[in-house]
Amino acid sequence: MREPAVGSSDDRPPRSRWLPHGITWFILRRFLLGIATLFIISLIVFGATQALPGDAARAILGREATPQKLAAVRKQLNLNRPVSEQYRDWLGGIVTGDLGRSLANQRPVSSFLGNRIVNSGFLVLLSAVISIPLSLLLGSLGALWRDRPFDTVTSIINLALAALPEFVIGVGLILLFATSVFQFLPAVSLISPDTPVWQELEFIVLPALTLILAVTPYISRIMRGSMIEVLESDYVEMARLKGLRERLVISRHALPNGIIPAIQVTALQLAYLAGGVVVVEFVFTFPGIGQALVDAVSKRDLPIIQGLSMLIAGVYVALNLLADVATILISPRLRTSLR
Amino acid sequence: MTDQRTDVGGMGEAAVEPVTSPSAPRRDRRSPLVMTMKRALKLGRTKVGLALVAILVGIAAFGPLVAPESTTAFVGPPYQPPGEGAVMGTDFLGRDTLSRFLAGGRSVLILSVLATVLGLIVGVAIGLIAAYSRGSMDDVIMRSMDIVLAFPQIVFVLLLVSTIGPKLWLLVLTVAATHAPRVARLARGAALEVVERDFVKAAEVLGEPRWRILLGEILPNITSPLMVEASLRLTYSIGLVAAISFLGFGLQPPAADWGLMINENRVGLTVQPWGVALPALAIGLLTIGTNLIADGLSRALIGVDRGTAEA
Amino acid sequence: MNRPVLEVEGLRVELTYSSADIVDEISFHIVAGEVLGLVGESGSGKSTIGLALLGHQRRGARVAGGEVRLEGDNILTWSPGRLRKLRGGVVSYVPQDPSASLNPALRIGKQLEETLEAHAYGGSSKARHDRIDEMMSEVLLPADREFLQRYPHQLSGGQLQRVALAMAFACRPKVIVLDEPTTALDVTTQSHVLGTVRDLCVAHGVAALYVTHDLAVVASVADRLAVMYAGRMVELGPKEQLFKSAAHPYTKRLIQAVPDISGRFELLGIPGRAPPPGHRPEGCFFAPRCEFADDKARKEFPGVTHISESHQVRCWHAEEVFAEATRARGLRKDGSGRDEQDKGLLAVRGLEAYYRSSHVLHDVNIEVWPRQCVAVVGESGSGKTTLARCVVGLHREFSGDVLLRGKALETSARSRDQQSRRQIQYIFQSPYSSLNPRKTIGQIIAQPLRLFSDLGRRDAEARTIEALERVSLSGAYLSRYPDQLSGGERQRVAIARALAAQPSLLVCDEVTSALDVSVQAAIVELLGELQRDLGLGLLFITHNLALIRTIAQEVAVMAEGRIVEAGSVASVLDSPQADYTKKLLSDTPSLAPV
Repeated sequence: MREPAVGSSDDRPPRSRWLPHGITWFILRRFLLGIATLFIISLIVFGATQALPGDAARAILGREATPQKLAAVRKQLNLNRPVSEQYRDWLGGIVTGDLGRSLANQRPVSSFLGNRIVNSGFLVLLSAVISIPLSLLLGSLGALWRDRPFDTVTSIINLALAALPEFVIGVGLILLFATSVFQFLPAVSLISPDTPVWQELEFIVLPALTLILAVTPYISRIMRGSMIEVLESDYVEMARLKGLRERLVISRHALPNGIIPAIQVTALQLAYLAGGVVVVEFVFTFPGIGQALVDAVSKRDLPIIQGLSMLIAGVYVALNLLADVATILISPRLRTSLR
Repeated sequence: MTDQRTDVGGMGEAAVEPVTSPSAPRRDRRSPLVMTMKRALKLGRTKVGLALVAILVGIAAFGPLVAPESTTAFVGPPYQPPGEGAVMGTDFLGRDTLSRFLAGGRSVLILSVLATVLGLIVGVAIGLIAAYSRGSMDDVIMRSMDIVLAFPQIVFVLLLVSTIGPKLWLLVLTVAATHAPRVARLARGAALEVVERDFVKAAEVLGEPRWRILLGEILPNITSPLMVEASLRLTYSIGLVAAISFLGFGLQPPAADWGLMINENRVGLTVQPWGVALPALAIGLLTIGTNLIADGLSRALIGVDRGTAEA
Repeated sequence: MNRPVLEVEGLRVELTYSSADIVDEISFHIVAGEVLGLVGESGSGKSTIGLALLGHQRRGARVAGGEVRLEGDNILTWSPGRLRKLRGGVVSYVPQDPSASLNPALRIGKQLEETLEAHAYGGSSKARHDRIDEMMSEVLLPADREFLQRYPHQLSGGQLQRVALAMAFACRPKVIVLDEPTTALDVTTQSHVLGTVRDLCVAHGVAALYVTHDLAVVASVADRLAVMYAGRMVELGPKEQLFKSAAHPYTKRLIQAVPDISGRFELLGIPGRAPPPGHRPEGCFFAPRCEFADDKARKEFPGVTHISESHQVRCWHAEEVFAEATRARGLRKDGSGRDEQDKGLLAVRGLEAYYRSSHVLHDVNIEVWPRQCVAVVGESGSGKTTLARCVVGLHREFSGDVLLRGKALETSARSRDQQSRRQIQYIFQSPYSSLNPRKTIGQIIAQPLRLFSDLGRRDAEARTIEALERVSLSGAYLSRYPDQLSGGERQRVAIARALAAQPSLLVCDEVTSALDVSVQAAIVELLGELQRDLGLGLLFITHNLALIRTIAQEVAVMAEGRIVEAGSVASVLDSPQADYTKKLLSDTPSLAPV
């Protein structure tokens, strides 16, 4: 079948359809888009918490509402002012780092969350650092040894793990380690929220393990799928037909192309970890932002809820941005057409 | 991408030689949809998945009918291990674990199914419209989807629960709302590929109205990836709904709910594990079951598209 | 030196899990400096044989018997390590689609280098760079650093294929397998590449196997021909002899199905289709479609008959077939053409079309009358498809007039009134993509009936069957799905769908390009019949100059969005005026004149 020849029929390289402003411009555009997204998210977060019809103060206090408490809450959250002003003040606060005070304990939100953010960050980072290389390796091996025992077994385990909700994995690990045979890991974290977690590493093992088990199946599955596709591609076949050693075929031709989809997924999974962290921390009473969020929701502690939601959404948006940029940079085709 | 390569089993007279694969049998058969399901059923994993789902749905649906005790009656001291009066022991208040377990599946199931169906319908509609409109409309729609996607599903739900309270209808709506953009993305991706194909253009040349093209030409051609997505979404719904109940924002005590039970009985885990183990096992097996079905369907799909009989 | 470099004997390749044979009993040889053309339609197994020469098979296939001897040594028994050294170094491969066969993430200089490195060619980095320079100049490509630093997507199709050629010849191999290397290229580039291949083979004394489905192409590049049908080699012999008088009915019919640009020969298709692996009959595989078939042929697979020392064939009736010349001078049925009373059907005036910001069509004027076929010929990028889409209302960004029986049409199909939509029908290039895989044939053909008429169920079904029969398909097809049909059958269904609307004008957009030669001829025959019997006007878009002789009366030649020449087919092809037309004609390969 005659497909149109790549480019025009005489020997000229194809014309680029992208803006002639280069990679920096592209990153800038994505960045601005991200900021815009965050802006809209802030509207949603604010709207969902403070701007709903009805008396927010009463909703917060519920049965504990007394006239004095109601007045105090209203004052603290500026509920007496028009909504748009409230939003402006709140947004201004977010941008400058002043997130208000917690309704429950009156501490400034930022300092209250400070150490928790560090703890959660450490947990997520640790999980990522272990799970990403592990899944890329497992996925590649699964593709290389396709349909052999290793692949079959890992595929089944992946299927099972991918299906299980994180809290079930967490609870399952507790059942396994803390109760029955292996009783050396603590089921519940007893450290205080203000202690940096790396001083008491044993408490991070199970939560990290849960996150790793939750995330690895997804990334390794995509990696496997992508590697299989690449291994069956024409250019890998051609590399073999040129007489290249198998090792070279894999390292130079298969992997660099196979890894591209995996990068996007990895970034998305990291973002997913930011959410998974909530439930997992609750399961292990780990002193991080996830636990804080759940507590705050039970107590209707609006400033904390707002602050954490913005934080988590911000991390999400940043990671998505990173994924997009990384994909572009790694694929030569996209990279050169931006020049 | 040379589509002639994926030509069914070498029967085509394309000028490009197809990949060596066996020809699809020429018996007259029913629609490709039915074919996919039949193929999927041949796989071991699908059968196991269906079996698991069937068993657990059975427990959830008929459990309350065979429960020995009521879910609120006290049958013994708290955290009593299995024995007299309570086959699987008692929970943290002294109620019968087994009975509460048997009754605890309905809520999880009903809520997740509702949320999934709602999310699917909305997501597919949005995805189809975005794919077919292309251009700026497509951009606008997908950017707004991106905004909802910026929240991890559970954070979004928590956000709304924090102000409105743990209402069940809110649960269904928010879970559906988090599914919709993800489904839309998938539906749009699949539909975009179909929209480029000539038979859609052929319908345009004939002057078919837009909605007819969407429903009659495009939708039937994305049912395959949608089926897989539907079972995946169900898997996640179950997980989400159970997680929210676990966190305490779903069904409220004294209701019997698997997610809630796991949280309630956590403290006495070392003494009486069954209050946690039973519901955890149930949720786990259920989600594994739906995921196996999803995987079976997706494998059957690859086979259908390539025209090979590889399982 | 006449000892063959490469000898294949009794080669059999099977499908791995069903053990059905893809090819069997394949025996041939090639001497140094010779090009053997391996010709066959899709499913004939020709690519499989090509790969076997490198000791390789695609996933799902495996070699099950026979020998492939390189200078006497059977490579099928070699260890993987030895085979690896063979590939690219002693026997190399030129792939069909270079844009898919080159690593998109690696610069082409590096991809060239690694072939040399893998075979330790030259011994030093400098020697390798020199060799690359040498190779690039032989394939007429620049060897400067800038060019070598490019990625595959920055090169055109022709350039990529030449890079592939350079890679194949780099280590001075003894044998080269070329797998349809010019299929994805347009005519001009193709003729350059073919010339390069010929020159390189002769210059380096390389034995080449040129796999192709295109007889015209192989005529210009091969010395001998081997013809494949359904996994068997049915004829093998010198090129001139085969073209003059083939000894196998299939070869004969295949040649007769190739459009002849000189217009002297009738175009004939072959009814039916080739049996796929696992479904091949007892006796001669071609018997179901062969006019010479008798009981013996149907029961027993023919052995080898030697017409002469270099010409062998597998047919029980070889002598008879050989005695007839291959191409009888055909009476070209030219019953078409305008009637005095006909009013004009389609008129395109001053058409200017745009695609985003570029101006793709300039001042195009065309007229089509009933019972007349106007061909629009051009290479890719000439704008011919855009023209077709404007006429039918799929491409909306245009100005100028499209007039149907004198009435101006709206730019978008949707905005046109029902009558106008009904009268112009469009047939797409790819039969694989123009039918909805989720609908039955019956539903597909009924679609225009539903839109343009108010027929009840029963009447609609009757009309559908009528349309099917007109394209030589039976009512049994009603309940089948597209993927149960072959490419040719699907294209017929597409035509039936168009006919169901009872149109006056058919716009055919490269409708045969995705089909095998024999099927192509059959479709062209069908279209010609419809033109005569139903009085249809045809706007026939194609890149194949030879084809238009058979089907069209008028032709417009397009390049870069403009019509460079127009007139009757005879005058434009026999005495072209424009330079572009002259070049196109000279670049179009054709079978050796008889």
